[in-house]
Amino acid sequence: MGNWIQVCQADDIEAEDVIRFDHGDRTFAIYRSNDDQYYASDGLCTHENVHLAGGFVMDNIIECPKHNGRFDIATGEAKGAPACIDLRTYPVKVEGGQVVIDIS
Amino acid sequence: MTAEFIKRDYSLVGLDSKLAEENGLANAEWYASDIPRKRMKELIQRRNGPAIRDTAIWFILLIVSGTAGYMLWGSWWAIIPFMIYGVLYGSASDSRWHECGHRTAFRTKWMNDVVYEIASFMVLRESVPWRWSHTRHHTDTIIVGRDPEIPSPRPPDLLGIAMAVFSLKSGPKELSKVLLHCTGRLNAAEETYIPEEERYKVYWNARIWVMIYAVVIAAVIISGSILPLMYIGLPSFYGAWEMVLCGLTQHIGLAEDVLDHRLNCRTVYMNPISRFLYWEMNYHVEHHMFPMVPYHNLAKLHEELKHDMPVPYSGFLEAYKEIIPALFRQVKDPTYYVKRELPSSAKPAMPGPVAAMMPE
Repeated sequence: MGNWIQVCQADDIEAEDVIRFDHGDRTFAIYRSNDDQYYASDGLCTHENVHLAGGFVMDNIIECPKHNGRFDIATGEAKGAPACIDLRTYPVKVEGGQVVIDIS
Repeated sequence: MTAEFIKRDYSLVGLDSKLAEENGLANAEWYASDIPRKRMKELIQRRNGPAIRDTAIWFILLIVSGTAGYMLWGSWWAIIPFMIYGVLYGSASDSRWHECGHRTAFRTKWMNDVVYEIASFMVLRESVPWRWSHTRHHTDTIIVGRDPEIPSPRPPDLLGIAMAVFSLKSGPKELSKVLLHCTGRLNAAEETYIPEEERYKVYWNARIWVMIYAVVIAAVIISGSILPLMYIGLPSFYGAWEMVLCGLTQHIGLAEDVLDHRLNCRTVYMNPISRFLYWEMNYHVEHHMFPMVPYHNLAKLHEELKHDMPVPYSGFLEAYKEIIPALFRQVKDPTYYVKRELPSSAKPAMPGPVAAMMPE
């Protein structure tokens, strides 16, 4: 079943970029890769509470703007200190031009 | 009039550490200049080319100067190549350590990591503790009780600063930490910023360092000459002066406990040789505000942001004309600091919750 919620228009996110999406008291980072795949993760870096949407995506890696902590946007895997704890990721799909994520 | 001075606790486990947290200075939100995201995306792009070129030049110069030193050993002329070798080893390694620690110098991660380990050894900064220390320096830049890299706690220790020219204070301290880490222990401050899962790396790296130094000392004993130490070990001391010359310009004499890098960092224009050795860290305000930007794009970032920044210093001379008197004044009046003026085109300063409460 899941708890699918609408995030934005697919075109609202540029290729190889990230946006912030807040829902209730939760915050997410929604990514679009260079080959138009969409991904979602928790919005805050696991190292320190910095919004990842302030960072940038390069080669499917999101880099935290504060300390350069890096995560794989597809799997959430932390790619080395100071990011040591993986990001939680969420299922994403594009339906009728809308990005939706399952936050359950 | 001099405000009443209460000696502050710069340790990471003391009263000021608690106060920083209570006052909202720890892990706080910092001022960042506006820059279009599209432009920033261009500036943060990583490339291997510039860092491979600069690293190749660095190593070639090390080999050439080291060979010249070997050939001239025994004569006074050897001083010249060893002075060059020492600066390349003990000073240029500082900026390589720094940029590769941020993993912004190269596009390829392993290249950053390899150069980081080599440079860490040369500059006498253990790679894991200093990665975490520097991370904290970026979270809480010059926040008393939070930043482990405040270069000159007030009142300044002028003798200590003079000794830093040849790493005579920090060097022995770092080596004693290496010995501590060899035994599988951290000091109290390190325990506050090095996560559990990283600590085994600290211990094993320290043991590798000790083994390297043991081999060099054995070579000295066997050969009956200090020449091996002139290549590994001593240049971290005799070659440190250029790192200190550049590094002291970064923060010394400026405000503490503010949440705006324009007020606690300096950008200083430097000559091409210093910029090569220092890997553009003279653009220090820009680096602290946007640490994702690689060194080879900092001059471009500076151009984008300078309308929102204090006027940069024209060179070492102008910077030290401010720094040296400020240090002497802080010996007598530790509350004194240099207030950076922002141009009329800049957005207002974000002094932070504590400075905002202080009387002018």
